[in-house]
Amino acid sequence: MSERNLLVLVELVGGEPDDSAYELASEARKLAGGGTVAAALIGSGVGEAAQTLTAWFDRIHVYDDPQLAQPDGEAAAELLTTLVERDRPWATLVPHTNNGMDAAPVLAVKTGCPLVADCLSLEAADDGLKAVRTVYGGKVHARVSVRDAGQGLMATVRPGSCTTAEAPGAGGEIVTETVPADLVPHRRFVETIAPEAGAVDLTQAEILVAVGRGIEEEENLEIVQSLAEALGAEVACSRPVVDKNWLPKNHQVGTSGVTVKPKIYIAVGISGSFQHMGGLKGGGFIAAINKDPAAPIFNVADVGIVGDLFDIVPLLEEKVRELKG
Amino acid sequence: MEIIVCIKRVPDVSEAELDIDRSGQGIDEADLVYGINEWDNFAIEAAVQLKEAHGGTVTAITVGGEDDEEVLRRALAMGADEALHLRDEAFEGSDARGIATILHKAISSRPHDLVLTGAISGDEGSGHVGGMLAAMLGIRQVALATALTVDRSRATVRHEVEGGLERVVELDLPALVTVQTGLNEPRYVSIRGIRKVSGMEIPVAGAADLGIDPATVGLTGAQVVTEELFIPPRGEGAEILEGDDDDMVDTLIERLREHGGL
Repeated sequence: MSERNLLVLVELVGGEPDDSAYELASEARKLAGGGTVAAALIGSGVGEAAQTLTAWFDRIHVYDDPQLAQPDGEAAAELLTTLVERDRPWATLVPHTNNGMDAAPVLAVKTGCPLVADCLSLEAADDGLKAVRTVYGGKVHARVSVRDAGQGLMATVRPGSCTTAEAPGAGGEIVTETVPADLVPHRRFVETIAPEAGAVDLTQAEILVAVGRGIEEEENLEIVQSLAEALGAEVACSRPVVDKNWLPKNHQVGTSGVTVKPKIYIAVGISGSFQHMGGLKGGGFIAAINKDPAAPIFNVADVGIVGDLFDIVPLLEEKVRELKG
Repeated sequence: MEIIVCIKRVPDVSEAELDIDRSGQGIDEADLVYGINEWDNFAIEAAVQLKEAHGGTVTAITVGGEDDEEVLRRALAMGADEALHLRDEAFEGSDARGIATILHKAISSRPHDLVLTGAISGDEGSGHVGGMLAAMLGIRQVALATALTVDRSRATVRHEVEGGLERVVELDLPALVTVQTGLNEPRYVSIRGIRKVSGMEIPVAGAADLGIDPATVGLTGAQVVTEELFIPPRGEGAEILEGDDDDMVDTLIERLREHGGL
């Protein structure tokens, strides 16, 4: 079997397809071997998004209904179960985003499809799918295989791990799907919360000094703040610092925080989880200071110092201040 | 309110140098320190706080070997009322669905108004066990909770969604919620606290007790099979600076200047 049909669940951010939609379209196209690449688009008032997707997919299954205005993993799983059972794609690809994690496991159980989580790369095999995924916080990679028992396969794919090809100009057909009238009585939407705007807008900062778990104690933040001051930079952080309430949420860079695009990013005591790196865009210069030589941050940084941040950071500050006179 | 919290013991790999073992399918465990999965610690705290506010019981459950009992003791020390250890050779090598299947069999036969799990585990990290378990139990679920309150038969959950946003939703109990880090401040567990619960009996249940066909779980039943582990190529992108602190910092400043940072 060389022709395979695939289905991609499109994630919408602010009403527009997320980058992951194009990454998965490209990856699905590679796996399809000439087969059909379809999308499932779920939301309210998504006509324009569907049009955009016609360049990328052969078919776009559109679920457009006011009930679907707020993304809801359970509603998505319910709709896709019907679609997967009807069309039985060889594989269904879901972005490994917050919403994807909400929907995929439910969908896998409802459809009976084997599900492999958080894949970095996928490869079709004779009897199923092979994937590379990370384990142990990204320090180890695993080659895994999933066998197709006839129901089709499922994978969630880490955003940013697949390359987006040129839009194939697929001229996709838009298929309007029916949404059951009583679909979403399960979750009642209350409100959406955006991070409070802080005194500074990190998204506009040219230089960021970002601090992570390695800082150990709240009072140690001072050395990072003082380095930022010397550099004329703003202070950002990774999740553990916000979890401990040492810095407000609007300082958190990551897929569950702020997306930034500085020219220079200095990561201090940050291991470099994909959730954190997912908030760093724009291809700026990344410097990492971490005592753990195996920290995943060194795989994505441009320059790295393996060392004790409590020695390196004050020394760096001192030298920067000397230089600036 | 009957609360079940599903927890797991994992190695702390945050600063550990990891090596692949001889089988090529696991990591060398000899020098690793094990403890409660970070996300699960927040889940236990959430369960205990809800019980303290609304009454009821908290039952902590883990699937694992003998050594994994330690996290159940820890949960008891934090305030869980009961613990259940799902232990059987047949469970070894289970994938996410296998673990969910085992938990499902154990939970479906007991009262459960609220089931909590950590959103992710620090070892396998699929983030899918909770959602699968909810689907098997046929109850509502929400992933990645950052706040959770319960009012009679209704849970209000704030959870992380797209574009750095959070969404607040209400759902009827019974429900399953997967918990993000930072949801609360997990209480400190002292050695004395652990000692206090050392006499509590922790029941063990295996495949036969739960009515599980061993062929559907463990390595035999796994749909996702690990063929090989490997350490990703290190420092692919980074120029790792050399020399003493002075040299390294001087070079770093040079690089920052080249890229317009000074």
